[in-house]
Amino acid sequence: MDAIRTNSLTKYYGRARGITDMNLTVEQGDFFGFIGPNGAGKSTTIRILLGLTAPSSGSAQVLGMDISRQKETILSHVGYMPSEASFYRNMRVRDVIKFSADLRRKDCRAEAQTLCERLELDVNRKIHELSLGNRKKVSIVCALQHMPRLCILDEPTSGLDPLMQREFYAILEERSKNGATIFVSSHILSEVQRYCRHAAIIREGRLLALDSTKKLGHTDTKRVRLRGAGRISDRLSSLLNLKDLQIDGDSVSFLYSGSLKELLNTLAALPLSDASITEPDLEEIFMHYYG
Amino acid sequence: MVMIRHELKEGRITLLIWTAVIAFMLSLCILIYPEMEMQMGDVSSIFAKMGGFSAAFGMDRLNFGEFTGFFGVECGNILGLGGALFAALLGVSISAKEGREHTAEFLLTHPVSRRDILCRKLIAVFLQILFLNLFAVIITAVSIRAIGESPEIRPILLLFLAYFILQIEVASVCFGISAFLTQGGAGIGIGMAALLYFLNLAANLTDHADFVKYITPFSYTESADIIAGQCLDVKYLSAGLVFTIIGIGVGFCRYCKMDVLS
Repeated sequence: MDAIRTNSLTKYYGRARGITDMNLTVEQGDFFGFIGPNGAGKSTTIRILLGLTAPSSGSAQVLGMDISRQKETILSHVGYMPSEASFYRNMRVRDVIKFSADLRRKDCRAEAQTLCERLELDVNRKIHELSLGNRKKVSIVCALQHMPRLCILDEPTSGLDPLMQREFYAILEERSKNGATIFVSSHILSEVQRYCRHAAIIREGRLLALDSTKKLGHTDTKRVRLRGAGRISDRLSSLLNLKDLQIDGDSVSFLYSGSLKELLNTLAALPLSDASITEPDLEEIFMHYYG
Repeated sequence: MVMIRHELKEGRITLLIWTAVIAFMLSLCILIYPEMEMQMGDVSSIFAKMGGFSAAFGMDRLNFGEFTGFFGVECGNILGLGGALFAALLGVSISAKEGREHTAEFLLTHPVSRRDILCRKLIAVFLQILFLNLFAVIITAVSIRAIGESPEIRPILLLFLAYFILQIEVASVCFGISAFLTQGGAGIGIGMAALLYFLNLAANLTDHADFVKYITPFSYTESADIIAGQCLDVKYLSAGLVFTIIGIGVGFCRYCKMDVLS
């Protein structure tokens, strides 16, 4: 059974495109990254999975259950952290956390206390006094205190300082080891590459790629960095399949996805003092897909 | 109970302020009655001869010299208009409040159906209206005792019952409207209550606008009719019940299907 499966999921807001023909599969127990720029359709996909928005066509199952027919059962097993956390302004942190647990009809006090301690969250403060980072922490506690089988986290680390980001991912890794499925939507490709086992790339409402983060990072594309005398960039013009050309003094860097032999022949004729050909990181792959 | 308790807690300051203001004004009105009574003399007959103005407020059919008549006009306006405004604000904010404060996403990603959430929110609104009215009844009883009056109880209780039903209707209609609003809508709520109030005044001024009485709930709170007839007008009440059901039905249908955006 998959944790998430969408079949030709499509959503239009009037004439505006949300997502088109989305076929996404996330296995149970996976640590999954969902990558895409603003407006790509990441949040729309998540909102459909959570029953906040109805799809225009297509279907989706979460934990083997249909999102339109078993929404409440699905939500009892899901912990959701929105990208912009908003709570009732005049409530105290502890009351919001308790309210969330009460709505789930669960006693989550022990786990909530552990999470608050690990995230250094002051439960006595009022919501309207909190910074964005602290509101994020409240959101994390509400999303995780009931030990959900599936965590759906939309841009979870924005607003958290680096130490808290590390602690947050440590918590997620523990949950993942205990069998929970983690689904993270993020712009920050380095954290997706570091923590996620699989990832999907989405652009303009369509799924572009879905694979392990290792395979996504391993493409025919290479990052080439050169240093040498003279205007070597002019002499690269004969190379096809060259992208993201960056020139800094006598250094040149570019992404290359053509014939390696043709590249080496061209480089052999150049007055180079240094050269490196490496695998691009996920950030560069991402740019490659969107370039 | 969780949702109802939460709603009551969220609205407690507003409820206390509205209850205190309405109860204070009711009490003040009753407490000045003995002084007014002494100065009344021929005032009742003057009021009765003020043409359309008297008709609009039902003063042509009420005896200001008697406590019940005085209470029907003065206190009726306080509880009628004040209560309707309070009910409108509560009703219009049932679902729109979550949109205004961007809390709908938080609330609706918990394992509670939208229908259950709305049911509990509506119950919380009705409980707040009940609290305001019960408190108004208690303050009225204490104030009447304080001035040593012993009016007929039945028409006064019927007036309170009519205003309670009016507030339920106004809240329900505003709830139906609020499901179409993405923002607060307080202005629409206040406007709606005021419009219904003035529609009734207009209907009292002319015989050609009788149909309006079926639209505005203030028609079945007419103190002159209640005091004279010792009952509520069933035909206007029935129309009110229809509007109440339509308001709640529309609110549920719309809110249960709408897309929740962040």
